[in-house]
Amino acid sequence: MPDPAAGHLLDVRDLSVVFTRKGRRDVRAVDGVSFTVDAGETMGLVGESGSGKSVTSLAVMGLLPKRGVQVGGEVHFDGDDLLTLPPERMRDIRGQDIAMVFQDPMSSLNPVVPIGRQVTEVLERHQALKGGAAQAAAGDLLNRVGIPDPTRRLKEYPHQLSGGMRQRALIAMALACRPRLLIADEPTTALDVTIQAQILELLKELVRDSGAALVMITHDLGVIAGLCDTVHVMYGGRVVESAERRELFADPRHPYTGGLLASVPRLDAPRGAPLHPIPGSPTDLLPWAHGCAFAPRCPNRVEPCTESPPALESTGERQLRCYNPLAAAEEVPA
Amino acid sequence: MSATEGSAAAADAQAAGPVSAPPQQRQRRTISAEDTLLSVRGLQVHFPIKSGVFVDRVVGWVKAVDGVDLDVPRGSTVGLVGESGCGKTTLGRSILRLVEPTAGTVTFDGIDVASLEGEDLRQVRRRMQMIFQDPMASLDPRQSVESVLTEPRRAHGIKRDQATTVPRLLDLVGLPASAANRYPHEFSGGQRQRVGIARAIALEPELIIADEPVSALDVSIQAQVVNLLEELQDRLGLTYVVIAHDLAVVRHIADVVAVMYLGGVVEQAPSDALYTAPYHPYTKALMSAVPIPDPVVEDTRERILLEGDLPSPANPPPGCRFHTRCPYRQPTRCDDERPALREIVPGHTVACHWAEQIHAGEIAPRASAIVEAVIDAEPPPSVPIAGDSTTTTLGPPPGI
Amino acid sequence: MSLAQVEATTESAKVSEEGGSLRRDAWRRLRRDPVALVGFGIIALFVLVAIFAPWIAPYDPADRPGAGIVTPTNIPGPSAEFWFGLDELGRDEFSRVVFGARTSLLVGVVALLLGMAGGLVLGVLAGAFGGKVDTVIMRIVDVMLSIPGLLMAIAIAALLGRSLLSVMIAIAVINIPIFARLLRGQMLAQRESDYVLAATSLGVRRRSIVFGHVLPNSMSPVIVQATLTLATAIIEAAGLSFLGLGSPDPRVPEWGLMLANTQRYLASAPHLAFFPGMAIVIAALGFTLLGERLREALDPKYRR
Repeated sequence: MPDPAAGHLLDVRDLSVVFTRKGRRDVRAVDGVSFTVDAGETMGLVGESGSGKSVTSLAVMGLLPKRGVQVGGEVHFDGDDLLTLPPERMRDIRGQDIAMVFQDPMSSLNPVVPIGRQVTEVLERHQALKGGAAQAAAGDLLNRVGIPDPTRRLKEYPHQLSGGMRQRALIAMALACRPRLLIADEPTTALDVTIQAQILELLKELVRDSGAALVMITHDLGVIAGLCDTVHVMYGGRVVESAERRELFADPRHPYTGGLLASVPRLDAPRGAPLHPIPGSPTDLLPWAHGCAFAPRCPNRVEPCTESPPALESTGERQLRCYNPLAAAEEVPA
Repeated sequence: MSATEGSAAAADAQAAGPVSAPPQQRQRRTISAEDTLLSVRGLQVHFPIKSGVFVDRVVGWVKAVDGVDLDVPRGSTVGLVGESGCGKTTLGRSILRLVEPTAGTVTFDGIDVASLEGEDLRQVRRRMQMIFQDPMASLDPRQSVESVLTEPRRAHGIKRDQATTVPRLLDLVGLPASAANRYPHEFSGGQRQRVGIARAIALEPELIIADEPVSALDVSIQAQVVNLLEELQDRLGLTYVVIAHDLAVVRHIADVVAVMYLGGVVEQAPSDALYTAPYHPYTKALMSAVPIPDPVVEDTRERILLEGDLPSPANPPPGCRFHTRCPYRQPTRCDDERPALREIVPGHTVACHWAEQIHAGEIAPRASAIVEAVIDAEPPPSVPIAGDSTTTTLGPPPGI
Repeated sequence: MSLAQVEATTESAKVSEEGGSLRRDAWRRLRRDPVALVGFGIIALFVLVAIFAPWIAPYDPADRPGAGIVTPTNIPGPSAEFWFGLDELGRDEFSRVVFGARTSLLVGVVALLLGMAGGLVLGVLAGAFGGKVDTVIMRIVDVMLSIPGLLMAIAIAALLGRSLLSVMIAIAVINIPIFARLLRGQMLAQRESDYVLAATSLGVRRRSIVFGHVLPNSMSPVIVQATLTLATAIIEAAGLSFLGLGSPDPRVPEWGLMLANTQRYLASAPHLAFFPGMAIVIAALGFTLLGERLREALDPKYRR
């Protein structure tokens, strides 16, 4: 258990999210997730569809609907437990201290309001800037995220911008208040690779320059590899493995992490190198109450895996939830 | 719920191929370059932009595909890569005449597909099939798998082996026989794509055009489908045109790769040659942008960042289509003259005026386009990539 | 726990348990929906009353059992003998409302079937061929839609003379463009879908694609619209009869006509307006409730 006095910027403890629907079985989307993020750190949350990675971020932001959702655990941000804050305080923190970038920039922008107004609105609300000053600041921001000709762009509507430009505009809005934590949920998934490279470069630069923390949510191990300091791998709503980036990629211990790495074709792999897919589909989950959710697809499955859920155990920097992990690599790079 | 239904849940598990025998290094067939199954020459697909109150007038053209040459040897896999809007999907569809080409020829096994009409076209279509990106959208939600798989044979009046067709097809794509009387929405994404593949091979085609066959699937499922495609190619002797934006997938599956930009092919080469020594600046940028799931590589890579966005295909820039974003652009010639695709090394064609000079390092890119990796730790100077005997080849090309 | 048990508890096994086609799925949802059940109950009652009218009604609707009782100033209301009271001619109001259900159902169903048939033909032509055929058909449809429905129905009914058939035709005609446009839009959207492209590339003939794929997948909103149209058809039929364009035969009870005939007695005998009025409202409500819920059950966007 991390010491609360250690002063992490974001300290999520035992977070759980349960969707309850009348006449349906409850769905436990996030189940006892804990992690910390420090200022200037980039943390990666990796998982496939249904892993609970996006729900985790929405729960941290307090963006889940109140009805039909039960959120448990604690989310400490700079000393406050975000889950118990009154809604008005939470609204102030959102946008002011924590900002979020979503996968689909089109649906996150108001289609009938010019980009400029949307950015200045945020500035006026949280920074108390007025009129011309807000305009100028908005122009600066667009410039900073690499939108050419910002004065013209400010007058344009979201549909007049390309996907990459829209995502930049969204990032500009997220940055408008110099947040201390930026949560990016698959920010480049809808974009082309060359545009993705631009956006990732931009995010890296921003973290470096502003000292903000970044939580990167993605399914793409490649994106994680070049960006994140620490990585949490999620499966079926729980963290199954987490480690420092190099350690995780060089020496994956959880069969799911190892399986993912072995199944992704690599651009630099020699041609004809075989892919080793993970059998089954991410929907073939075993409920955690009955054992390990990954057990139905796991090549390393042993008897206990289907009897009781494995606990998340820490060794040094690494956390691992597995009864029969992959063998450790012989040498771990420094 | 019955036991058989329970086991259907493990369909993907069984389908991942013979679990007992892990995938081996694939034996590449020898492909004769002379035996061309599909040949595309000067293919153009221009879509009219219409406007008008009562009578539509054509006010412009979207040049989705603008003069493409492509040869696909029998039994090979040709990859088409490029970003959204480059025309790769339109090219694939126009080969099958699902979109009408405005100019150019498509020759399939000696038959000029572009000039066929009616029944002749229908007969040729039997031999060319398509796999779609979104397995849900490409299946009629009201059709059971059995009906999906028998429809092509009904359409062509094929009567033989009626009883065994569906089980055999399902077995080929690794689905249990019980899948036959289920409906698309009852399957997972990977299983649905298997149904789509089974439909594509139902008529025993020679050519399959796979448009983003794995990009809609979960990461852990993609490899299953890639392996299935390769397995089917080996077993049935198929020829593939694989259209994808994911260069790593194309690199893995294709023998020859064509890179498209704004309606045209800018570079075409055998997969290995293209990845070890890309000539065209766009190819270089594209490959440097692909993230590699290995921090060691990522930390030492150099990225070429392109400026701005893809120009509109309705109003492509004059001269070289890429000159507006090219970090190697040279004055006047790049802006004025559209470079032709020319063979620089045997089997390796490039559409760039300055390919040799760039390759030799005589023309340097704009410094602002190059992003050095920021190294926050102390990486080893040269690191062999796991599972690879050669060293990283993404830096300066060693030459061929 | 064995692996077989493990797999039996997995998510996808649960999905396959609820197998079946999309339609069956919608049907299952509908059966669990109380509002839809109420709508369905009303419709069932309406249909049963119409079918079994001679057995339910205590009197022949043309008989005048109260001929001696009724005077223009004394029209008795509901009583133990005459449940809904007597009308101005001494006929049993309950029997007339019951028989009126027959007329309403007949007019509603026939008008709907005619209108839907016409709409489907135009819609299929426009949706299947597209291009010039589509343009011509849709311009005609636009013109038809731009004429107010009731006005058009009055014109048609007036042109064809007073009869139930002309009411049916009039209502059918105003529904043709609605169905045509709905079906055409659906078909055009479906034609763009990947599975149609897939069928084309498999060499499936155009006719088979249109009738085997495009049309069946376009029908859901048409079915919904048909249910809702029945409700409006019943109201429109009553409206046209009210205006005196329906059957001239006073022996055939028709709710709209019954309403029209009571105008003079509204103050003295309000029950004469109340019962046929309620009958129209309840019948229309039944179809509306079912139609709305059917839309939700069939349309994935509404799924809760």
